[in-house]
Amino acid sequence: MKPNRRLLLAVAAACLFVLAVVVATAALMLASEADASGGGRTSEERIVALVVLALAACAVSCWVIYSLYGLYVSAPLRMAEELAATAAHRGLRLLGEYGAEELRVLVQAANQVLAVRDALEVDVAERIRQARASLEEERSRLAALMADLSQSVVVCNLDGRVLLYNQRARQELSSGTDGGNAELLGLGRSIYTVFDRALIEHALERLQQASREGAEAADSRRLLGSAQFVTATRAGRLLRAHMSPVLGGEGPHHARVGAVSITGFVLVLEDVTSTNERHARRDALIQSLIEGGRGPLGSIRAAGEMLSDFSDMPGQQRDRFLGVIRDEARALSAQFENAAAAFSNDLRERWLLEEILGAELVAVAARRIGERRASERRVLAVKSENIDEDLWLRVDSFGLLQALRYLALRLQDEYEVREVRLSLTRSGSLAQLDLSWLGTFMNNETAMSWLQDPMTSGGEISPLSVVDVIERCNGDIWFQRERVSHRAFFRTMLPAAEAPKDLPHAIMAAPEGERPEFYDFDIFLWSAASHELDDRPLVELSYTVFDTETTGLLPSEGDEIIQIGATRIVNRRLLRHECLDQLVDPRRPLSPQSIAIHGITPDLLVGQPPIEIVLPKFHAFCADTVLVGHNAAFDMRFLQLKEEQTGVRFEQPVLDTFLLSAVIHPNQTSHRLEAIAERLGVSVFGRHTALGDAMVTGEVFLKMLPLLAEMGITTLRQAREASQRTFHARLKY
Amino acid sequence: MSKKILIADDEQNIVISIEFLLRREGFAVLVAGDGEEALAKVRAERPDLVLLDVMMPRMNGFDVCQALRADPDLSGTRILMLTAKGRDTEVSKGLGLGADGYMTKPFSTKELLAEVRKLLGM
Repeated sequence: MKPNRRLLLAVAAACLFVLAVVVATAALMLASEADASGGGRTSEERIVALVVLALAACAVSCWVIYSLYGLYVSAPLRMAEELAATAAHRGLRLLGEYGAEELRVLVQAANQVLAVRDALEVDVAERIRQARASLEEERSRLAALMADLSQSVVVCNLDGRVLLYNQRARQELSSGTDGGNAELLGLGRSIYTVFDRALIEHALERLQQASREGAEAADSRRLLGSAQFVTATRAGRLLRAHMSPVLGGEGPHHARVGAVSITGFVLVLEDVTSTNERHARRDALIQSLIEGGRGPLGSIRAAGEMLSDFSDMPGQQRDRFLGVIRDEARALSAQFENAAAAFSNDLRERWLLEEILGAELVAVAARRIGERRASERRVLAVKSENIDEDLWLRVDSFGLLQALRYLALRLQDEYEVREVRLSLTRSGSLAQLDLSWLGTFMNNETAMSWLQDPMTSGGEISPLSVVDVIERCNGDIWFQRERVSHRAFFRTMLPAAEAPKDLPHAIMAAPEGERPEFYDFDIFLWSAASHELDDRPLVELSYTVFDTETTGLLPSEGDEIIQIGATRIVNRRLLRHECLDQLVDPRRPLSPQSIAIHGITPDLLVGQPPIEIVLPKFHAFCADTVLVGHNAAFDMRFLQLKEEQTGVRFEQPVLDTFLLSAVIHPNQTSHRLEAIAERLGVSVFGRHTALGDAMVTGEVFLKMLPLLAEMGITTLRQAREASQRTFHARLKY
Repeated sequence: MSKKILIADDEQNIVISIEFLLRREGFAVLVAGDGEEALAKVRAERPDLVLLDVMMPRMNGFDVCQALRADPDLSGTRILMLTAKGRDTEVSKGLGLGADGYMTKPFSTKELLAEVRKLLGM
């Protein structure tokens, strides 16, 4: 029914109702007039009838008004409430059917709006998910790339806080002078613990200067200026650092330079210790040759000129000059020999010679020589014989393989050799590598020219000759034939090498299945200025979670720390890869009871550093962080008793998960670490090693943060005060 | 009267030749094996020219040169420095300290003789 029709109907019904009441009243009146004239019914009866009529009219009116109220007043109110609730609710929830038909239309319209909103929400969520996924993928790619770089890379914000680094940087920068595992480099740590602050600041200044000049010159290429410096690490290595700016948008922590803003910097570090040493060595060599040669040459020349200019001199005088020439020439020869030896060592380092197992090289050579060529129908057969399996070579393996293939294929092409053999044997300090074939002999001149031609046949295109390559490997090659066996061969003599030990800078593999936490871009937003820790939100702080194992429970009676384990929490993440795990020599016997608890036997402590070395390392590890421990008071007591002896003071704020647990669950009886872990759903393994306990404590602490927030405890100050209150409360009992 | 020349060099093998050459050319030749001896002989014998090696034990050629030039009585003594280093910086240092000439080993004896004659105004 159309609304205006319904309005008409309603008006008509109301009029009819009023009319009916009026007519009924009038009828009653008329009836009473008639009664008054003709007698019959009493006036009481009429009044009763009138009251009944009025009550009936009231009842009808109430019913009508009530229904209308239900349809047009309370329904919209309910709808409003439900709509408000739905608006606050995430996900699609539609409104039910309400009241009058008009309202239902409204509900339908509202439901449409809700459905559209929901679709939009789903869409936005999906886009965010995609964006996150691609960001994650890019981060993973970046992490993989960084891990593979042979240079060290560290990215910092303007305050020098590390927000990204790679494995190599960690290895090169973290090892202290004692080669221990103290972590100097870590997320959120200051780069100034590794590098001199003035040095970095100076470089930053130059960087900004360069960028400013670039901006003034309106030269976009120069906006990204860069600075270089060379510095020494604590371990005494020389590093060349290349610093370039990280450009960013607006933010609280950036420096504006002209049109660009710098939010941080990238340091690419290269260990130039060996390069520098090599250059210095070569310079010294050349210098000594030049200067050391002048004296003897001067004497020889002068003596020679005397002999030729004054040929009339007496025999005795002549002998003296000849003696001078002989002695000086001998001295000069010795000097040359030394220089030559030194230089050949140097050459060895200049080319990228790598250690390779000889047998492996031969196997690869055989495979490459035997590869089918597009231009050649037949495949050259290769046999390996007399291969010394333990012989290591130090060669340019790429060049050497190229040379062998070139020679073999040229034999096939020009002499139709069908089979070549490779053999590798030891000959004193040298390795003898033969490429031999049967039958066809070439003359020496041809062989020489093969060795000296650029390697341009057999599919190779190299400007180098075989001789070049072999010389580069400090070896020699020649052609030879054995008439008896009808074999001819190219024989290569190469210096044998030691089997390589582990390279000092070998990259440690990250534990499988876990991606290393080497970056955290949120630290870009950090600033030294906001380091008033007490009023900082708990979730923003960095923590060092630590635990110790000791010889006993009484530090004041001589019990000592025997193990310190610590890990860090940065931006609410437990950094499992940045940890400290150090045994300590307590210089006193361990009691059997304590061994039963921590499982550390005396033999494990032999050769471990004493506390005076370990504590400063731990102190550096927890610089700029809040300490977190379970029953930390116990551990702190040990640390504090050593302050005088070790010269390091632990003045960081300390939070205790034991006390925090009592704050969160005041009615629980047990606040042991296992009990808390179980309550908070943290799985426990590796307990009763210092690092294992520190990890569990860290996880527990992270779970506590939201629970504390629910109680209104969000800053460090609040957490400390709450801890203190429970502490005092507990003391009273 | 023949001119007197002091050869100050610890390298016996070069001294032999220079001494022989200069005697044959008619100079009176003195020899000193180190810096201090050279300085003493200059003061005692007043040679007209000193052939001064840079690298000498006890007192190097530069120090000897400086000491000679600091003594006004010896202002007439010519100094020809001989060196086995021959870096430009060294040459300029020698000349800056007051040497009259500079020769780098190995040198030709003819050139040496020519330089000696030039310095002695012959």
